[in-house]
Amino acid sequence: MAGTLVFSEQREGKVKRVALEALTAARTLQSKVGGEVAAVIIGDQVADEAKGLTAAGAEKVYLAEDPFLHYYSSEGYASIIADLAKKLDTRLILMGATMMGKDLGPKLAARLGGPFAGDCVGLEIVDEGMLVAHRPIYGGKIMSTVKSRQSGFQVATIRPNVFPVEKQTSENTIRIERITSPCDLSSLLAQVQEVVATASSKVELTEARIIVSGGRGLKGPENFNLVEDLAEALGAAVGASRAAVDAGWKPHSYQVGLTGKTVSPLLYIACGISGAIQHLAGMSSSKYIVAINKDPNAPIFKIANYGIVGDLFEILPLLTEAVKKVREG
Amino acid sequence: MKIAVCIKQVPATESKIKPSSDGKEIDRTGLSYVVNPYDEFGVEEALRIKERLESSVTVVTMGTERAEEALRTCLALGADQAIHIKDDLLRGGDAYGVALVLTTALMKEHYDIIFFGKQAVDDDSGAVGIHVAELMGLPHVAVINKLDLKPEEGRALASRQIEGATEMVNIKLPAVFTCQKGLNEPRYASLPGIMKAKQKPLTTLTLADLGVDKDAVGAKGAKLVVDCIKAPRVRSTGNIIDKNPSESVEELVRLLRDEAKVL
Ligand SMILES: Cc1cc2nc3c(=O)[nH]c(=O)nc-3n(C[C@H](O)[C@H](O)[C@H](O)COP(=O)(O)OP(=O)(O)OC[C@H]3O[C@@H](n4cnc5c(N)ncnc54)[C@H](O)[C@@H]3O)c2cc1C
Ligand SMILES: Nc1ncnc2c1ncn2[C@@H]1O[C@H](COP(=O)(O)O)[C@@H](O)[C@H]1O
Repeated sequence: MAGTLVFSEQREGKVKRVALEALTAARTLQSKVGGEVAAVIIGDQVADEAKGLTAAGAEKVYLAEDPFLHYYSSEGYASIIADLAKKLDTRLILMGATMMGKDLGPKLAARLGGPFAGDCVGLEIVDEGMLVAHRPIYGGKIMSTVKSRQSGFQVATIRPNVFPVEKQTSENTIRIERITSPCDLSSLLAQVQEVVATASSKVELTEARIIVSGGRGLKGPENFNLVEDLAEALGAAVGASRAAVDAGWKPHSYQVGLTGKTVSPLLYIACGISGAIQHLAGMSSSKYIVAINKDPNAPIFKIANYGIVGDLFEILPLLTEAVKKVREG
Repeated sequence: MKIAVCIKQVPATESKIKPSSDGKEIDRTGLSYVVNPYDEFGVEEALRIKERLESSVTVVTMGTERAEEALRTCLALGADQAIHIKDDLLRGGDAYGVALVLTTALMKEHYDIIFFGKQAVDDDSGAVGIHVAELMGLPHVAVINKLDLKPEEGRALASRQIEGATEMVNIKLPAVFTCQKGLNEPRYASLPGIMKAKQKPLTTLTLADLGVDKDAVGAKGAKLVVDCIKAPRVRSTGNIIDKNPSESVEELVRLLRDEAKVL
């Protein structure tokens, strides 16, 4: 069969957008990889979501449902996918570089003895099905091109928001096949016992299309509402620099940068953030960067597409109002 | 507890990194090196366990001659012994090859806990720790920011931050953990610590000492090779507006709406 398998991550029964991005990427590479583009979805009661994967480009969907798969399990998920990949003699396995994908990808690659390319922003297939991946390294200071030396069981995770999603128009009938775990899921050595929702902004940073971030320029936690109001108007997620996190204004889950999250939104608005290299490491692959800073020499302006030199305490309320107007009208 | 911490020496994060002239490697002139920041969380966690429970802490690295400095740094912090795997045949390897070598070294002893960083800030691959867990047949929890050991039950409860939530994983020891910021605040080495580090045992091993098949690792065994590296596409400085606040905002909104089309 020798095709592509896309791991279609779902949480709480909802397939992640990045899984659809991976499906589109798989369709783009299909003529070079050969075979079918199949999706695999794992969880508890996720059959409804499985159907939606066809529209996103899956020619066949493999569905593993089990109450023990309600929460993510590295061993459980990897066993199911490895088993399937061997049966299908899969060439390429794609998934999102999410917290789940970053865990599952390396595990699967080691299990299958295949190469692993993480957090890719570009994928190609050359020669006889060999993967070539473009991935930022050194916190985005270098772009590296890596090439696989084997054409089977190649595993790659893709950075969210980088690859487009294209709906497939074909009226394919849904082909869903149920699969089961080759291992006893009740006796795994590591098991998620609980998932506790953290109080963070409504939109998850790593998946957000727009992010508004605040830094030390906000002067104190009480002023973060300026950033939050703008985010609200834009339907954006809220981020923070390390200086703001270290000062205790926001929890670490908000931090963007080398020791925080890597984000790649369509639009990143940095408010009162100087643009230290470690901050850039987390956001420089954003499509559009906007900086608001009172210091015209702040390094953030060097990478910004648009910037306003000015006092954020004046700018942000005006910007929020202006955005609301545009959105309404 | 017997604890191992795998550490990597990497260029300091504030370094300017440029490709070398052949575009295969980075230009290393003038770089200064540190212990990978995420590995420091692993060393610190191991030392904190040792302060509570009778433990020994071994730091392990695979790297060039220079990487010995990183091991000495960890010994100065309080690790008991170090293993340095050093062999010219290891050049040009990938994460899988590194994992294979580390696995062989780690299998020579029984460790209850093995710590890694969540990723090395040079190759940003985030694979080695998870690869090792898989190769050793051990369970793992990746990217942990809290570890609650229950030694009498032979298990631990580890927390990791996922998108919008915290995942609490119950795991049986022996196990592998990869460490994230937030796990602890790493200490600094003390002067007596630095003096003592010089006397602590540091073993150097080659591939032959380990009995690793040289064709399975290094450039020869790599499943993934670097084709080329480049400076990233420079983002040309865009439109920086320096007018009065309301005019600036008006212009920015216009650009975002009409030029970037993101509003
Ligand atoms: C190993 C390591 C890892 C790191 N990891 C990260 C990381 O993950 N993420 C991260 O962000 N940093 C990280 N850092 C820290 C980084 O080096 C910077 O210290 C940090 O990013 C600075 O945050 P900041 O821009 O908010 O603060 P500052 O650098 O203090 O900048 C504040 C900015 O606000 C502007 N300002 C002040 N008042 C106003 C106003 N009224 N209106 C408009 N502008 C105003 C100032 O001009 C200034 O440019 C790391 C550092 C190290 C060594
Ligand atoms: N050469 C090495 N020697 C020892 N440990 C390593 C080495 N390379 C990577 N590691 C460990 O594996 C983690 C992840 O590295 P990486 O997969 O390269 O991002 C690091 O944080 C280290 O703990």
